[in-house]
Amino acid sequence: MNISFRINGTNKNVDIKPGELLYDVLKSIGISSVKKACETSSCGVCTVLLDGRPIASCSYLAAKAHGHEITTIEGVSREAEILGSLMNSEGAIQCGFCTPGFMLTVIAMKRELQNPDEQAIKNYLVSNLCRCSGYEGQLRAVKLYMEVPQ
Amino acid sequence: MKEVNKSIPKKEGLGLSFGKPAYTDDLAPRDSLIVKVLRSPFAFARIKDIRTEAAEKLEGIKCVLTYRNVPRNIVTRAGQGYPEPSPHDKFIFDKYVRYIGDEVAAVAAENEAAALEALKLIEVDYEILEPVLDYEKAVDHPSVIHPEKEAHEMFPIGYKPERNIAAEYHMSFGDMEEALDKCEYVVTERYYTQAQNHTAMETHTSLAYVDLQGRLTIVSSTQTPFHARRIAAEALGLPIEQIRVIKPRIGGGYGGKQSLHGEFITALTALRTGRPAKLVYTREEVFEASYTRHPMRIDVTIGADRDANIKAIDMKVLSNTGAYGEHALTVFMVAGSKTLPLYNKAEAVSFGGTVVYTNTTPAGAFRGYGAIQGNFALESTIDILAENIGIDPMEFRTRNMIKEGESSPVFRIMGEGTEGVDMVMESCKLDYCMKRAMELSGWKDKSKRRRQNGKKIKGIGGAIAMQGSGIPCIDMGSAVLKLNDGGFFNLMIGATDIGTGSDTILAQIAAETLGVSTDKIAVYSSDTDLTPFDCGAYASSTTYVSGNAVQKAAMKMKAQIEAAAADRLGLLTEESEFDGEAIWAKDRSKSISLKELSTELYYSYKQKQLLVCGSYCGEISPPPFMAGFAEIEIDIETGKIDLVDYTAVVDCGVTINPKLALIQVEGGLVQGIGMTLYEDVKRTEEGRLLTNDFIKYKIPTRKEINKLTVEFAESYEPTGPHGAKSVGEIGIDTPPAAIANAIYNAVGVRFTKLPITPEDVLLALKKKAFDMD
Repeated sequence: MNISFRINGTNKNVDIKPGELLYDVLKSIGISSVKKACETSSCGVCTVLLDGRPIASCSYLAAKAHGHEITTIEGVSREAEILGSLMNSEGAIQCGFCTPGFMLTVIAMKRELQNPDEQAIKNYLVSNLCRCSGYEGQLRAVKLYMEVPQ
Repeated sequence: MKEVNKSIPKKEGLGLSFGKPAYTDDLAPRDSLIVKVLRSPFAFARIKDIRTEAAEKLEGIKCVLTYRNVPRNIVTRAGQGYPEPSPHDKFIFDKYVRYIGDEVAAVAAENEAAALEALKLIEVDYEILEPVLDYEKAVDHPSVIHPEKEAHEMFPIGYKPERNIAAEYHMSFGDMEEALDKCEYVVTERYYTQAQNHTAMETHTSLAYVDLQGRLTIVSSTQTPFHARRIAAEALGLPIEQIRVIKPRIGGGYGGKQSLHGEFITALTALRTGRPAKLVYTREEVFEASYTRHPMRIDVTIGADRDANIKAIDMKVLSNTGAYGEHALTVFMVAGSKTLPLYNKAEAVSFGGTVVYTNTTPAGAFRGYGAIQGNFALESTIDILAENIGIDPMEFRTRNMIKEGESSPVFRIMGEGTEGVDMVMESCKLDYCMKRAMELSGWKDKSKRRRQNGKKIKGIGGAIAMQGSGIPCIDMGSAVLKLNDGGFFNLMIGATDIGTGSDTILAQIAAETLGVSTDKIAVYSSDTDLTPFDCGAYASSTTYVSGNAVQKAAMKMKAQIEAAAADRLGLLTEESEFDGEAIWAKDRSKSISLKELSTELYYSYKQKQLLVCGSYCGEISPPPFMAGFAEIEIDIETGKIDLVDYTAVVDCGVTINPKLALIQVEGGLVQGIGMTLYEDVKRTEEGRLLTNDFIKYKIPTRKEINKLTVEFAESYEPTGPHGAKSVGEIGIDTPPAAIANAIYNAVGVRFTKLPITPEDVLLALKKKAFDMD
């Protein structure tokens, strides 16, 4: 079947198999920033934004993306640079495998929530696992990022 | 210090955050064959027959591998020094399958769907054998897991495969009986720890291809590229010069990638088909068929005299290495060698035990490497003993623990698989760590009174720990430093950055030594063709061992620059001095900038390349130390344990990069907290792993981590690069004992088995209430 969606601001038309997952389709069109780590939508590593909302691309049917806007980290380069620099200054980018998916979730949170407290931040980001950092460095960076004027 | 003890952002951090192609799978050519592995559905079986014709005929299938068509060379996959302390007990494929998940066959196909379809078409007749699933019943079990005649040890490790024993060891000093007789207080307790999984976010991935010169290149998410090259050559029966191993960026390791997982299979596929081949483990494969932490049963006896002086410590360990003996002896020995020296005044110490084979997922290296298991047992027992004596447990520790300028006989007796080395603690701020952690956590006030609020009770507990800085006299790191025109440097290191930031901190060490800015150092690491040897990222080696190698290389480079400049300026070598920008006559009469000198060296004046190599193999392994305090809150209605705060004060010498050192400690703490409270391992009666995804196997999320309070002691290790010791593992060791001690402080129940779940707590509280009625 054929689907059309917008990816990082560009229209894309692709032939897919009906059961194909969005993660695999994104890989096939050359998006390398999206990683996969669990196949059970538990870890958040494969996060992309669908119409601005974080979803797990490893368990999202590509067909459902038809007519929607997909954003990967390449599509939010200005925000990614600010957040990535804050994270890097905190040492919070360790192996980096979870980082693009994590940052997309943070960027979506900043657009969605007004002045969230620490608990609200943790609630929003809870599905993004990180095995390296112990989360505290990420939290320090996220708090700084939430202070940056939009 | 200008460039070290400075939180320079990681060189590759931003690139990684933008998701640029960096990891093994990202680098695979688009025409790579997809490799999938058929895994054993039985815990123990012999393959009577295997039929692959139907799979081979399927469209898109390029290669099918079984024990019948691959080299039969027995190796250990454990990436360790050579000769290897792990038994050689693994073939690429074998007629025997020894756990649910063991490799039966592999297929390589044009696409994943074809590969998965082909796996279904392979027919296997198994003779099902009785598995050994309970490691306490493994020794002399009727089933012998390694009956193959080729299995062997490389040097004496107590290997007795006919009894399912992968390794055995015993040591003692002092007269245990006499020492215990002197003790007013003696406590004996038994502990159990579980088969924790590493769960690195990037699953094990390997890619292999044959290059233009006909050589095999393996790109792998490995912590040990040089060991991987040696072991792959041995398993494949290829001359080592035919193999190049490249470690690109890797998505977490923690010990799980200190072994070969999949490299043999992708290599054989590439050699047979001439096509690039990649194998990306699924998450389920990581759980079922990579590595776990060695589960252990530890019996500890500690005796103290009436004045609370520890006189005797006895530790007996039974360790489960699973189906293959990878890291069997060494992990088990570290349970003693990196815990017992903490209480160095004991007159009699004994340590010993057995590592057994079972038909479960192989155990291997995991951050802490035995020390976390040993620490749980030792530091829980210390609290029990302190209570019996009637002394504050922290005062008890402080009175008995190792201090700067002191040593322990254990250092000399126990190494990793071999004898150890004598060493005196030239840097040990454990007393400061303890004092400061007590202050930060509020120990004095909080530990003494009952803190109940309705159905919730708070408790506090602590533990101390030590680790090492590399394996002395065995593991070597090296560095090549090259000066370029324009006055910048290439640092080529075998050291393996697995996300820790070691590329950056090694550049900082080079920069500090040369007196230049870290920006002037371009780093390339972990490529067996292009970088010098390094044992790899394990045993807390990199900062200390590889860092010392970098420092030596940088000192040589500085001397070469000064010599070249002296020649150019008409000075004697000893009259010139490099200040990081320019080389000056010591009387300041003349100078030449590094930029000018280096450009002349390559284009216009006595042209030659400046290139140096430094290598380092430690004669000692200075331990980092820490004190860790857990404050927890228990809901007595549900048994739920919340971590309120975890305080850690660490002595790792000078922190080369304080922010990166902090994250090492915080990340280690959270893995230790996970092992203590959440990461449960469950199997069926047949030996099938139930906890094989992130839904059933719970690693901590950010919501479980309420607060971590981490500080570093001011400390300087004279043998370390710019005063540093290593810091990769120390953070993980204290949570099991500290949290168990905190739970005891809160509700008076002692837990001796990990993980400690809400169900365990609730049952214990009910039993306690029942017993009291």
